[in-house]
Amino acid sequence: MNSIRKVFGTAVGKKCGMALTGVFLFLFVVGHMVGNLQVFLGQYAINHYAQLLQSNTGVLWSLRICLAAVALTHIYFAITLTLENRAKREVGYEVKELVGASLASRTMFISGSVIFGFIVYHLLHFTTGTTNPEFMTFKDERGWHDVYRMVQTGFSNGWVVAAYVVGVGALGLHLSNGLRAFCQSLGWRFETYASRIDRAAVIVAVVLFVGFAIVPLALFLGGAK
Amino acid sequence: MKVTVRVWRQKNAKTPGRFVEYEVADASPDMSFFEMLDVLNERITKQGEEPIAFDSDCREGICGACSCVINGEAHGPEKKVTTCQTYMRSFQDGQVIIVEPFRAKAFPLIKDLVVDRSAFDRIIQAGGFISVNTGSAPEANTVPLPKYHSDLAMDAASCIGCGACVAACKNTSASLFVAAKVSHLNLLPQGKPEKDPRVLGMVQAMDEAGFGSCTVTGSCEAVCPKGIPISFISRMNYDFIAAALKLRVHGRRV
Amino acid sequence: MKLNANIPSGPLTQKWTNHKHEIRLVNPANKRKYDIIVVGTGLSGASAAATLAELGYNVKSFCVQDSARRAHSVAAQGGINAAKNYRNDGDNIYRLFYDTLKGGDFRAREANVYRMAEVSVNVIDQAVAQGVPFAREYSGYLATRSFGGAQVSRTFYARGQTGQQLLLGAYQALMHQVSLGAVKMFPRHEMLELIVVNGHAKGIVVRDLVSGKISSVMADAVVLASGGYANAFYLTTSGGASNATAIWRAHRKGALFANPCYTQIHPTCIPVSGDYQCKLTLMSESLRNDGRVWVPKKAGDKRPSKDIPDNERDYYLERIYPAYGNLVPRDIASRAAKRVCDEGRGVGPGGLGVFLDFRDAVARLGKEVVEERYGNLFEMYREITAENAYETPMRIYPAIHYTMGGLWVDYNLMSNLPGLFVVGEANFSDHGANRLGASGLMQGLGDGYFILPYTIGDYLARNEVKRPPSDVAEAKQAEQETAQRLNKLLTIRGKRTPVEFHKQLGKLLWDNCGMAREEASLKKAIQDIAALRHEFWENVLVPGSHDDLNMALERAGRVADFLELGELLCLDALSRAESCGCHFRTEFQTPEGECLRNDAEYAYVAAWEFAGPDKPAQLHKEPLTYEEAHMAQRSYK
Repeated sequence: MNSIRKVFGTAVGKKCGMALTGVFLFLFVVGHMVGNLQVFLGQYAINHYAQLLQSNTGVLWSLRICLAAVALTHIYFAITLTLENRAKREVGYEVKELVGASLASRTMFISGSVIFGFIVYHLLHFTTGTTNPEFMTFKDERGWHDVYRMVQTGFSNGWVVAAYVVGVGALGLHLSNGLRAFCQSLGWRFETYASRIDRAAVIVAVVLFVGFAIVPLALFLGGAK
Repeated sequence: MKVTVRVWRQKNAKTPGRFVEYEVADASPDMSFFEMLDVLNERITKQGEEPIAFDSDCREGICGACSCVINGEAHGPEKKVTTCQTYMRSFQDGQVIIVEPFRAKAFPLIKDLVVDRSAFDRIIQAGGFISVNTGSAPEANTVPLPKYHSDLAMDAASCIGCGACVAACKNTSASLFVAAKVSHLNLLPQGKPEKDPRVLGMVQAMDEAGFGSCTVTGSCEAVCPKGIPISFISRMNYDFIAAALKLRVHGRRV
Repeated sequence: MKLNANIPSGPLTQKWTNHKHEIRLVNPANKRKYDIIVVGTGLSGASAAATLAELGYNVKSFCVQDSARRAHSVAAQGGINAAKNYRNDGDNIYRLFYDTLKGGDFRAREANVYRMAEVSVNVIDQAVAQGVPFAREYSGYLATRSFGGAQVSRTFYARGQTGQQLLLGAYQALMHQVSLGAVKMFPRHEMLELIVVNGHAKGIVVRDLVSGKISSVMADAVVLASGGYANAFYLTTSGGASNATAIWRAHRKGALFANPCYTQIHPTCIPVSGDYQCKLTLMSESLRNDGRVWVPKKAGDKRPSKDIPDNERDYYLERIYPAYGNLVPRDIASRAAKRVCDEGRGVGPGGLGVFLDFRDAVARLGKEVVEERYGNLFEMYREITAENAYETPMRIYPAIHYTMGGLWVDYNLMSNLPGLFVVGEANFSDHGANRLGASGLMQGLGDGYFILPYTIGDYLARNEVKRPPSDVAEAKQAEQETAQRLNKLLTIRGKRTPVEFHKQLGKLLWDNCGMAREEASLKKAIQDIAALRHEFWENVLVPGSHDDLNMALERAGRVADFLELGELLCLDALSRAESCGCHFRTEFQTPEGECLRNDAEYAYVAAWEFAGPDKPAQLHKEPLTYEEAHMAQRSYK
């Protein structure tokens, strides 16, 4: 081992890469959720928040580029690790009991792929407006982009709501193992903390799922005015 | 009790293998799984055929030689035991028992249920030791060692090197095996001087031997006959990162 | 043949020190010119191979297992003795020496035993430095416990896995040397013949168990660390691969076999449950620290243990041996168990068992403490018997466990064949007629780390016979003979499997040469075993071929050697017309049923020379003289 690249080339190093990029994405997701929840504070709050973000073009774009880069790195590690790992068992088992492995841990690649698909859809839906070009034209009385109306309209469609719930559901599943794996990979999941970390990861994942899913569900069911 | 054993037979690494079914009508619930196979093997031998080859030595769960996947579970249905400590009372009368070797690219098959686990030896050679030459040891009680650390090191050291962790892992990762040895030695004051090269070397050797990476599914700890928890993998990762961040170990760039 | 044990002169306490000064050394630059073969990777083999490599020799290490770490030393549970006196309970090297000598019923070589006690303290230091996680007190210092045959607490332990941890220490040292290129490892290789050139052991014939390839490996010296021959008895606590082929082949080539009849019976094994069993499981002797051994007072009492009130229980070890109680040596405890079972007071199916009861220990210490001390053993007992030993007493019965006999060696651990060294259980060792608990690990590691590496230099420095090339005529002939023998086994195509022969031999040995032996039955056993051997070579059925992994063939070869060894075992037992340690001849006992030694006639090591397959072996005697210790009647009362 004679360079940092070689360190990150080892299986443990790659997992550290997964963990570090993963936790960055996690922090973004938490911020995103907090932002979303402002929809319950009314039209002004959410539109003002959106305006704040959009007016700081420099910050917004550096954040977007960063996010994209980190997400792509995360995906790169995920794909290479998965491909490598699949090649490590040439003859499979006749029967395979995945003892001790939770659903979330076994399906990280699948849940990750669902999340990726969902993000693409979500960007086309609310960020670029490709699926619904009219969303971008919504303006409130201050002339700001009327995000409130956009989401209200967007989530009036049952299929859209279902897609979002599935998307954030995959996110919750992914994080319930991902957060624990993050602590594990960076070497913080010591004996004493292990079971607490596992429980905390599930709790945080559930909170995030609820925090995200409540917006489309509430708007669909007419909970937010 | 009567059971059907569906077992993987393969003459050698080059010849393709297949499952062969045998009926064992005279099994007793008090027999161990291997004693049942012994009875079957005697019958097969009497018919002039080659008995089913499987690794087994101590038959008391400590040597780590046995390596069967029974009905999809490494070391069979019982928790915290090896294949040799699996008893027929864990199966039902009339059950079909599927027996396969440990499957992993890093464990090439030799014959029937026998696989080559020398990759584990190579990993130990990469740092799984304390380089103290005979004769240079200080008096044993010179360095007191907190009981907690000693017990924790013993938990890790109880690894028998059977490879069930690899067999059960969907990625064939040897992380639990490597972590147990790294943790055992790194937790002890005697192991401290070689802490960094040990973890870097063993992790690299694990990759070179062709094992997969850990995706924290926990299958390994579930099948580990000694109940070694995956928190030791976390310890190994910690030590690895700490060592890797130093970039220089023993005066050499890593 | 004159047996010279090469015991150094001087007072007992100075012999080893003086000897180290006197023996020849090999110059560091010359060490790398010498090749040494080590057969076996248990405690003695792995420690010897690693230490020799550290010194600079080229070592070739062979084992039948798939990894050096699986040698059967791994299964030792209880602990390792050392005269550290950490408990301040009056222990010292002399006491360990005397306890061992007395435990062996004064049939061991005094100077060897003293040396073993001397190096015992270094073994602990070495193991701790290697990272062996011995049990510790809360203070962080090493803990000890008591073992049979001693009144001091000198046994170091790592839970119930002491052998495993010590072996891993030695194995790791070995792997370190492999990584440095100083040791070349040959796992899954079996030694099938010794190559003797000009009277010196200079190589071995090995079979690669995977490819079946037979080849000769030459060296300047050969070290056998292949363990004991207990598996001749079939039902033992040894591992399936443990065998006597290496030492037996050396014996056939001229190495003397000493005291084969000294076979140890371990008192705390799980009783036999069915005829399908291929081995027995040992419960550590450490259990006798807190467990109490008893049987019902009344013969044929079939009540469950909990229904038998205290006054109807016979805690017979505490009753007969009040000073040592449940911690009497293994041979004494075993015979006492046999005696009460012979009286019809045995418990469990077949009446071959006694209780080992933890009721009082649980009441005194609480379940948690008992669990911390013996948890893994209780767990193992539950797996095998499906019984909970915290609630119902364990049932135990003696079983063959260890062999004190082995190849004859001098003080330098060299056999009568120059260049052939034998260490650990494979030699006739330092235990006399009975081994104390936790002494096997001490001897194996002492031999490998601290004795052989010095003494082998003395032989090599003499440079009497150079290492021959591997195409030397003797090697070719040995290879040829080995191939012919394997071929013969494969072509007999008889009716009975090797396992059937092995089982029958085991039963013959256990019934006639087990815990109690007598002249008439020994004579008959010798004839029966010879007949069985002849039948074997006409009627054995070995399927498959010799050019790939063939476990039936491996087994057949080992059983063939056990058949020859079994005969010698009985012959030795017959010729030793006295009782000592584990060798109990019913004709020679005290009125209380204890061993009756005959020091006037039998204070010697019986070293047997191979004369041919159908000729009785020839006896050579090495007289045992004691300068320091006084040969007394053993008493543990």
